[in-house]
Amino acid sequence: MPYLGSEDVVKELKKALCNPHIQADRLRYRNVIQRVIRMSKLDQWGQAEVLNFLLRYQPRSEEELFDILNLLDSFLKSSSPGVVMGATKLFLILAKMSPHVQTDVLVRVKGPLLAACSSESRELCFVALCHVRQILHSLPGHFSSHYKKFFCSYSEPHYIKLQKVEVLCELVSDENVQQVLEELRGYCTDVSADFAQAAIFAIGGIARTYTDQCVQILTELLGLRQEHITTVVVQTFRDLVWLCPQCTEAVCQALPGCEENIQDSEGKQALIWLLGVHGERIPNAPYVLEDFVENVKSETFPAVKMELLTASLRLFLSRPAECQDMLGRLLYYCIEEEKDMAVRDRGLFYYRLLLVGIDEVKRILCSPKSDPTLGLLEDPAERPVNSWASDFNTLVPVYGKAHWATISKCQGAERCDPELPKTSSFAASGPLIPEENKERVQELPDSGALMLVPNRQLTADYFEKTWLSLKVAHQQVLPWRGEFHPDTLQMALQVVNIQTIAMSRAGSRPWKAYLSAQDDTGCLFLTELLLEPGNSEMQISVKQNEARTETLNSFISVLETVIGTIEEIKS
Amino acid sequence: MISQFFILSSKGDPLIYKDFRGDSGGRDVAELFYRKLTGLPGDESPVVMHHHGRHFIHIRHSGLYLVVTTSENVSPFSLLELLSRLATLLGDYCGSLGEGTISRNVALVYELLDEVLDYGYVQTTSTEMLRNFIQTEAVVSKPFSLFDLSSVGLFGAETQQSKVAPSSAASRPVLSSRSDQSQKNEVFLDVVERLSVLIASNGSLLKVDVQGEIRLKSFLPSGSGEASAEMRIGLTEEFCVGKSELRGYGPGIRVDEVSFHSSVNLDEFESHRILRLQPPQGELTVMRYQLSDDLPSPLPFRLFPSVQWDRGSGRLQVYLKLRCDLLSKSQALNVRLHLPLPRGVVSLSQELSSPEQKAELAEGALRWDLPRVQGGSQLSGLFQMDVPGPPGPPSHGLSTSASPLGLGPASLSFELPRHTCSGLQVRFLRLAFRPCGNANPHKWVRHLSHSDAYVIRI
Repeated sequence: MPYLGSEDVVKELKKALCNPHIQADRLRYRNVIQRVIRMSKLDQWGQAEVLNFLLRYQPRSEEELFDILNLLDSFLKSSSPGVVMGATKLFLILAKMSPHVQTDVLVRVKGPLLAACSSESRELCFVALCHVRQILHSLPGHFSSHYKKFFCSYSEPHYIKLQKVEVLCELVSDENVQQVLEELRGYCTDVSADFAQAAIFAIGGIARTYTDQCVQILTELLGLRQEHITTVVVQTFRDLVWLCPQCTEAVCQALPGCEENIQDSEGKQALIWLLGVHGERIPNAPYVLEDFVENVKSETFPAVKMELLTASLRLFLSRPAECQDMLGRLLYYCIEEEKDMAVRDRGLFYYRLLLVGIDEVKRILCSPKSDPTLGLLEDPAERPVNSWASDFNTLVPVYGKAHWATISKCQGAERCDPELPKTSSFAASGPLIPEENKERVQELPDSGALMLVPNRQLTADYFEKTWLSLKVAHQQVLPWRGEFHPDTLQMALQVVNIQTIAMSRAGSRPWKAYLSAQDDTGCLFLTELLLEPGNSEMQISVKQNEARTETLNSFISVLETVIGTIEEIKS
Repeated sequence: MISQFFILSSKGDPLIYKDFRGDSGGRDVAELFYRKLTGLPGDESPVVMHHHGRHFIHIRHSGLYLVVTTSENVSPFSLLELLSRLATLLGDYCGSLGEGTISRNVALVYELLDEVLDYGYVQTTSTEMLRNFIQTEAVVSKPFSLFDLSSVGLFGAETQQSKVAPSSAASRPVLSSRSDQSQKNEVFLDVVERLSVLIASNGSLLKVDVQGEIRLKSFLPSGSGEASAEMRIGLTEEFCVGKSELRGYGPGIRVDEVSFHSSVNLDEFESHRILRLQPPQGELTVMRYQLSDDLPSPLPFRLFPSVQWDRGSGRLQVYLKLRCDLLSKSQALNVRLHLPLPRGVVSLSQELSSPEQKAELAEGALRWDLPRVQGGSQLSGLFQMDVPGPPGPPSHGLSTSASPLGLGPASLSFELPRHTCSGLQVRFLRLAFRPCGNANPHKWVRHLSHSDAYVIRI
């Protein structure tokens, strides 16, 4: 227990927060809480600690909630960032039912956060930037007017510059896009190649919204004829063309000439892909590819050779006269002389494919050239504040959510080790269940009943046998309109550990899909999705190898959620 | 809660190691930390690192690494604050923070850590409380002398004048040794501002940002409780906070946001702009403030560059004219201009306007050092370089004024002693009592602005 001053109330605080009897008596508990908050002689460490304790308190009524918020208000103005952030977290969690209070708190914490971002201590600055990014995920416009605070200066360490570039990329809006892009363009010629490339990727990110301006800047950068810049610009172009097909024309005009300045594998792959897919719009595409074919013997990266094979074949389809000779030589080389098996097999595959006939090749190779919906999947819409409120002022935003997940996973594995002494915190071992844990406990009955096991791939044969041997346990019809991408659905199902056994092509009627999943008790769920032509409904039939209604119901609700989500994304 | 705390030298040698909870690893974590730190890929941040269920959080302070480890998901803000507070405390007790002082005062540092942290929880970090428990005396390398002029650093003051204390005066242990009663009672009050500016290539101002703070370092022998002095700091009367407030008749001294240390009594702030506090021994940040976009005084420097580039021969000629817009009686010190150059610049010839300046090529950039720039003066430098560059299309070999890519932006670093960009001044510093037996305490008030990022696009 930290030193919280000498008042008697500290003792009472300890008792109150650790003693279940006092907690049971709400009135007394509340009384203690209020007296603790009013304690004036706490130093900043004590204040931070008290704020942390209060996270476990759940106000009874709205009136009490606002009482507490008023009592705590002065903490938001503290000069210690630790206290301000602690108070912010507490406010966000207490007010989880009233978004306008949360927004209000975030507006008030803006000043202290920005001050921390330009603080003299690099480390504090970094942590504050991570939290700014967290807030921006929910409120994209929150820091738009303060964009200048996030401009980099040359003396800053690398990791701060990278964070700032990320922040700039996220807070861009109609008013500041001009200035932000101008600043980012300055970074692209930075002495540090890593930083320059990060800036170019950031411009590529902004290009998804402000395509024209960004493509113009990127095109100008190609004029620098610097290797490390050109390669990243071309990679950015590749991703951009895929997501924003409207910029294809501009990109195709910018490409000629940049093959001279690309030496690395990633850049070459991107350039060759672009030449293959959009070759009919680039006048000298066959000649550039021909150069690559000429030098294929000295090419060291197998991935580049694979890309070259595909691109030559694609370009051959659109401009046969100019490419036939080159393609022949390339195929000959790959089949006869290449030592890398993957490249050789790819060459043989294309050769046999060509033997089948040109229509077949077209059908297989000419897939769509862009997919704007991918962008939607990549960055999901604004996340609600509540999704990260409990992570605020912890290490999670600093590591990043993905990295944190891997960390806590290996930590979890260690915790299970029985030999390790239990080192869990006071908070976790205390008798009072923290608020966040309580929610988890309430969720448990659902998720505890149904735990789908990942990677339980059934063979198609086994599936068919089981499917035929079982009776339909449940049948349901969901509303469904229009087209969609089966890949999207498959990916979404994968997330909840439902495997796809087989699926019809997009657009075919009737459309069918067979899915399987298994829970931790070994119970199998086999599912058929059916879309009849001309019908705006999806029919779901589920079979189960053990008749257990409660797990069946939760499985169906999972399935409904997934399908509902896909439907929303589509519309 | 903190599992371990250790201090590493800049080369990774452990100087101090303390385990508070005995729940993780041994001394080798310090080595592990250093290995991880040096092996980190460039794009990852070293501030928080993770290894086998243990988080390392560190700050760098005057060449040392101060590291804590914890296995909990704690508040990073509080931990970083604690680390920098520890750095200040150690500085207060050992005189200054550095590899030498730490290794000379190992016993004192351990004693301090014992009192500050218990089982990984913070007990107190106040100098007042701690001085009752600390018995060890600091070992100072050389006897402190007011005339020690060897390290005229940060404040760059003209030490010959009797009115000014040398900058090393403030770096001695706060707790004077008990035997030596002749120690001076001194108080240092610094108003320090960091200036970050961005100027567009056409000379228009894009961003101005001033981060200021008032720092107090007190060597007063604060007696036990009732005898402790009250200090009154009077700020400029026209000082106002926020955009709407207006005081006085002249153009007020305006800042956007202010925060005060919790021990500051603000009763007289509204009426007379007076801060009252009981100064604890050691260092304390009394007030922090920010000001952006709207500066009352003109910017200290303007740069007028002109660039001639002959693409054909690769000859690059840069003419820089630097004007100092300070008042003629003040001056700027340690001015350094840093100008990144296109890749592959090989030779440099220079014509500088005065002999004390220096210019050289370093790390693909031009560095122009001006040790002293008088207010109102104008300095210039003509630099000629050869850029071998890519064999670009030789279509236009004419001399152009378009700058080659990779040139700029220029950034300046400098110190402005006795100058605050916001205009904030300390009017007076008064102490309410006379410490018995000793003469009036010496009070030093210093004002200083220095550059954080002063960037001029070309």
